[in-house]
Amino acid sequence: MSAILQVQNLVKQYGGLTATDDLNLELIPGELHAIIGPNGAGKTTLVSQLSGFVTPTSGKILYKGKDITHQPPHTRAHMGIARTYQITSLILDMTVQENIALALQARDGHSFRFFKPARSVKRLQDGAMEILEKVGLAEKAQMKTSELSHGEHRNMELGVALAAHADLLLLDEPMAGLGPDETGKMIELLTSLKGDRTILLIEHDMDAVFALADRISVLVYGHVIATGTPSDIRNNEKVQHAYLGEE
Amino acid sequence: MDTTLLVIQGLNGLQLGLLLFLVASGLTLVFGILDFVNLAHGSLYMVGAFICASLTFYFDSFLIALVVSLPLIGIFGYLFEIVVARKLYERDHLDHVLGTFGAILVIDTVAHIIWGANGISVPLPDYLEGQVSLTSDIQIPVFRLLIIAAGLASAALLFWMVNYTRLGMLIRAGASNRTMVSALGVDIKTLFSLVFAMGAVLAGLAGMLIAPITEASLGMGNNIIITAFVVIIVGGIGSMKGAFIAALIIGVIDTLGRAFLDDIFALFMSSEAAENSAPAISSMLIYLLMASVLYFKPAGLFPPKVR
Amino acid sequence: MRNILGKGLSSWGMMVLLLIVPLIFYYTGNAFYLDLATRLVILAIAAVGLNFVLGFGGLISFGHAAFLGLGAYAVGIPAYHEIYGGWDALASTNGFFHFGLAIGVGALFALVTGAISLKVKGVHFIMITMAFAQMIYYLVMSIEEYGGDDGLVIDMRSEFPLISLDDPIQFFLIAFASLALIMWLVHRMVNSRFGMVLRGSKGNESRMISIGYPTYRYRLVAYVISGAICGYAGALLGNFTAFISPEMMDWSRSGNLMFMVILGGVATIFGPVWGAIAFIVLEEILSGFTVYWHLPFGLMLVLVVMFSRGGISSLLRGKEDK
Repeated sequence: MSAILQVQNLVKQYGGLTATDDLNLELIPGELHAIIGPNGAGKTTLVSQLSGFVTPTSGKILYKGKDITHQPPHTRAHMGIARTYQITSLILDMTVQENIALALQARDGHSFRFFKPARSVKRLQDGAMEILEKVGLAEKAQMKTSELSHGEHRNMELGVALAAHADLLLLDEPMAGLGPDETGKMIELLTSLKGDRTILLIEHDMDAVFALADRISVLVYGHVIATGTPSDIRNNEKVQHAYLGEE
Repeated sequence: MDTTLLVIQGLNGLQLGLLLFLVASGLTLVFGILDFVNLAHGSLYMVGAFICASLTFYFDSFLIALVVSLPLIGIFGYLFEIVVARKLYERDHLDHVLGTFGAILVIDTVAHIIWGANGISVPLPDYLEGQVSLTSDIQIPVFRLLIIAAGLASAALLFWMVNYTRLGMLIRAGASNRTMVSALGVDIKTLFSLVFAMGAVLAGLAGMLIAPITEASLGMGNNIIITAFVVIIVGGIGSMKGAFIAALIIGVIDTLGRAFLDDIFALFMSSEAAENSAPAISSMLIYLLMASVLYFKPAGLFPPKVR
Repeated sequence: MRNILGKGLSSWGMMVLLLIVPLIFYYTGNAFYLDLATRLVILAIAAVGLNFVLGFGGLISFGHAAFLGLGAYAVGIPAYHEIYGGWDALASTNGFFHFGLAIGVGALFALVTGAISLKVKGVHFIMITMAFAQMIYYLVMSIEEYGGDDGLVIDMRSEFPLISLDDPIQFFLIAFASLALIMWLVHRMVNSRFGMVLRGSKGNESRMISIGYPTYRYRLVAYVISGAICGYAGALLGNFTAFISPEMMDWSRSGNLMFMVILGGVATIFGPVWGAIAFIVLEEILSGFTVYWHLPFGLMLVLVVMFSRGGISSLLRGKEDK
């Protein structure tokens, strides 16, 4: 099976600091691939490079066989890569539905449509409601985003990524700051998404990672030290030593 | 275009560049360290000129007036910082812009009430009025040389102070880490007030130096502030070195453009067309320079490395 | 954004009064107030144009007076050549030509300067828009033929079939109708899909980029539209004062426009009109007391900025967030 995403010898240096160090990674279509690693291992830097907000110092990123290393973020979005943010990043002074509808609208190609009110474009509004049903926020559709709780924001983040109908979802710590109940719901939600699309999941919550992931890569100091199924990783000595052993 | 004229205009450009640096350095210092945009910085330049003009008549000596005016404008800047600027540091830039825009209206109107609507020309003592002969046919007014010398001296003093003194060290540290400096037992508020006052002295000095050439007038501050903005945009906002180099480039280009652009245009168009278009183009020259620098380097020529 | 039309009924009432009261003044022998209202309406159009980028787009432009000035010169220069000769291609008193030119020049200047200044953010953007406006200021000042810094009297107003701009009532009604039309257009635009992208880019730019919007392009188009609106307002202003001068583009004029937009209520449709009313009324009252009216005006501005809770930017969001 050919990989949907290939990362080859990726390096990112900030001055003297190497955040990504000769990183290699392959994602198989349809898998949920988790990336774990201690704090400062360069996980968010990796997501930023994959989504185009950070330019690598060297190395290549191939998406569906095409070199996208130097494509700007909005082009990558159109090619089918969507990301969520570790720190919630939504448009707070718009309603929940407007946030999702904007993400749907982005797929139209361009939005130089000046006259018809956006809220009367049925396709976008209905599509947004459908997604909100899926992430459990349909009842709050008309509320201002700033009024929602942190947990609801995490779900919205996921909703925005779904609206992009991306083939590849980059999820940067979707469970960050969630209580146990909310985490459980998020795991359910992610489970329901599995199979449709490829998901790269960055997560600290080990229970969640081992429950969800098809494969896991372990990142230490910007370098992948091991990739394998959850049970491979669990039994890998190097990993236990570098990471799991600490706990 | 003969060499004599070129040398003289080149020196004029240098002089303008140094005056621009005096204004822009305060602006970039305050922005770099306090993250504060001060539109009213040009008003300090104007107030400096007016104070010096009044004192010149009082003491009957330009030089004494200059020496007395410098601490006065410093105190003015210090008070301005305490009363207005300090309250706005925590706000965003839109607040800075609107607040100091209001301050300009206030300061300008008060200056209008005190000094009247007409400009005040400042007489120079005889020994500054003369000319110096560089060669047999190049003569430079003594006062212009004084401006150039004073400008260079202030620039050197400023660099020395920021880079090699304890105050400069605190200023640089305070810019990147306010709490750390506070923890060292330094009163950060006073430090910031001092930085602001220093910027005021530099801008005021520029106003005092230009007053005998143009005159102290109401609109002068509002004209130079935008040029000073162009300087710090081109140089890289927050960079002292950038401000210095950009100020000199802009001073020289502006002066030479106004002096020679019609001659240059006449090389490839009719002299009438050259005469008509040259003033228009030369008035836009520095803005076109700014646009082209921004196009290639949006952060300016020497963007400061860390903030 | 339920409240996007402003404050509901009171705003509609304000518009009706703005239309009727000046006419009453005029017919009761106070022609002066009709003039004042005409100027107010023209400034309100410019403020609506500025608000489109400042309020809805979050782009703090400090150079919008340049667009007004360019619009006014687009009336003055063709009229000048029609009367005194030269530049036959430009010479005209045709109103459609004047207003078309004003809109075109405003849009073009916005396109060129916006393409450069929108590459940067924050303070840089504020300073650069200021600098470009100052460039135009010095440009027109350097052109002796059009009066340099003394300005130029426009001897003939723009000519339209059926209507005459020389008639103050007709002029006022045209200006008012323009304001209403432009407000309606802006209302449609900010609620359209384009408007959602513009407002989204203000709310969270990196998010907009990551879901696939090249925000720069959308902002540039918004900036061009804003420039065109202000160019149109400038053409009205040139006809109204029958005089053009670089002073129209002085950066304090840009500051006044920002004042109107921000104190009136940013990112609302009626806000800029409220702001223009507040500005004109303040100016009229204060300058009645003293020639130094800038002193209390400036003082008020400083105090409002210093003591409004959370600053102007909370006013920016405030009303809508609650």
